[in-house]
Amino acid sequence: MVLALTGHRDSAREVNVAFSLGTFVATCVLTVGVISDGPLFAWSREFYIDPLNVFLVTLTAFVGLTTAIFSRPYMRVERDHGKMTPNRMRLYHSMYQLFSFTMLIALTTNNLGILWVAMEAATLTTVLLVSVYRTPASLEAAWKYFILCGVGIAQALFGTVLLYMAAEKVIGLEGGALLWTNLDAVKARLDPTIITLAFAFLFIGYGTKVGLVPMHNWLPDAHAEGPTPVSAVLSGLLLNVAVYALLRCKVLTDGALQSHLAGHLMMAFGLLSVVVAAFFLSRQKDVKRMFAYSSIEHMGLITFAFGMGGPIANYAGLLHMTVHSLIKSGIFFAVGHATQKAGTQNMADIRGLIKVSPTVGWGLMLGSLAILGMPPFGVFASEFLILTTAMREQPWATPFLLLALGVAFASVFSRVQPMVFGDTSVKPLRHPPALVPVFAHLGLGLMLGLYIPPYLDAWYRQAAQMIGG
Amino acid sequence: MTELVGQLINLFAAILLMLSFAMISQRRILSLIHLFTAQGITLVAATVLVGYATHQPHLYVSAGITLALKVILIPLLLYRVINRLDVRWDVETLINIPMTMVIGIALVIFAFNLALPISKLSVSVARGTLGIALACVLLSFMMMITRSKAVPQVIGFLSMENGLFFAATSATYGMPMVVELGIALDVLVGILILGVFMFHIREEFDSLDISHLEKLKED
Repeated sequence: MVLALTGHRDSAREVNVAFSLGTFVATCVLTVGVISDGPLFAWSREFYIDPLNVFLVTLTAFVGLTTAIFSRPYMRVERDHGKMTPNRMRLYHSMYQLFSFTMLIALTTNNLGILWVAMEAATLTTVLLVSVYRTPASLEAAWKYFILCGVGIAQALFGTVLLYMAAEKVIGLEGGALLWTNLDAVKARLDPTIITLAFAFLFIGYGTKVGLVPMHNWLPDAHAEGPTPVSAVLSGLLLNVAVYALLRCKVLTDGALQSHLAGHLMMAFGLLSVVVAAFFLSRQKDVKRMFAYSSIEHMGLITFAFGMGGPIANYAGLLHMTVHSLIKSGIFFAVGHATQKAGTQNMADIRGLIKVSPTVGWGLMLGSLAILGMPPFGVFASEFLILTTAMREQPWATPFLLLALGVAFASVFSRVQPMVFGDTSVKPLRHPPALVPVFAHLGLGLMLGLYIPPYLDAWYRQAAQMIGG
Repeated sequence: MTELVGQLINLFAAILLMLSFAMISQRRILSLIHLFTAQGITLVAATVLVGYATHQPHLYVSAGITLALKVILIPLLLYRVINRLDVRWDVETLINIPMTMVIGIALVIFAFNLALPISKLSVSVARGTLGIALACVLLSFMMMITRSKAVPQVIGFLSMENGLFFAATSATYGMPMVVELGIALDVLVGILILGVFMFHIREEFDSLDISHLEKLKED
């Protein structure tokens, strides 16, 4: 709200950072509280914090903070290029905070209806963020995004209605039949027929937001045409929140059906996403589009991992969610600086970053290696866990996964390599890039690959068990 | 008494389905908006009736919200948009109308089959109408796919929301109040954004034809 008033002044960027910092500190306090005291209710059980969502809340607030730091110099450059007018600045900053807010609501709410409302609201704010440049391409991307996600998420609403209908019979009209904790308590008594259909709709709906393959069309466009900080939060956070919504529904479905229907669906679509995205990766020319497809690939992998279920796969899925959002947003920060330097998003025209700005170049290079699953980064650890579990439990899927990861590696690496090490004659930018976020993210990703601190480990284990190990 | 109410609800459901069909066969934008308004009125009537029959006071509130939003506010907004943009021309569909009707009938049969096992389990007076609600959702979905102009797409989106609302009423006597308010807010904000978007698209492309919006493709 404050940002809507002051958004055009220079200080708005700092205010934006300050707000995000405040949110982050608040969530840290919350996290410590939940770890020591166990799950927490607030506001007559409408909000609920447990190990599963508290780690996502902290992650969301952290990436939100670093993205705000990153967007300070980025937006200054955009303004100097005349792409951002004061009005658009105001819109950008207020929508940015609103977006973080809706995502935190979606994560912390206990009410599946509110979860839907918050997801839809997050969609609406990001539509505005994507279209903030008002270029034909960004309008097109935003329109597509709105229509596709609007339709998708409407399916999720239908699913929620069906779920409510099933729950109401068990719980009754009064007494919060949409509260997840109540549903979780009675999940074995929910009617299997209704739940099957409900999950199908919920899966289509939230799957659209996750960017699973037949419904993924909006994702590359929205990532490529919006401002880079927005791509970073879309990729690093919004997709995670959608996966989280899917997980909550899966827990209920598994409990009600006593079968692996939900898991099988998630595995099938996850695998399809991994393979299709890997092959699309090799055909991209635009650097942000390429990394958007890489996000689809990783989301597919995460969905696959949760689909397999079991404590190890769930653990790996959670770890992968964390490192993916850290490293992918780090990459988008580096890419943002690189594209601003080169003045284009076309990969063929971005060359020799290592000479123009060694730090950006190295950031991009290391980030790409990390996201491709090279040791010692965290993605390696989680991909390794996912692959070994797949080999043991679903051997048929392993060749596809390996092939897709190989193709992804070849195509991304062959593109990034000349971008970083090629020849160039571009002169450096005036504003110094904000590289702290890039390296903070990469460093955390590296740390998670080498060593997971015991408390984090315990936390992941708790969460993995919650999802039904 | 309950017999009569049940019959009336079925009647409203049938009207809703008819209106959905009318919408997919309608080519003029102005008539589309009229049909959408009529759909909203039917929805309000059905909601009030269910609320009366089951003594659920919160259904009156949600009927009131629907009345304000979908019968008054959104149609007014749409009128203003099409007046300002001057787009009252006929809309060409991507598939011809008889063909759309045939696909529509197939969709309705599909929806009924899907909903049959579930509606048996429902305790609501309006349980038979879940299939119709699903059919309305699917028909509006098809309308969004087959229209290439921005305004009909938006109306399709809204009528899908109508179908969902009806589903919520018929399956469970409506969602909890907080959720319903949230949904209404989302819809309203969404429509405002889309309205603004239409002006921008028009500015950039000199047309509201979505087929211009296909620059972003895989090549």
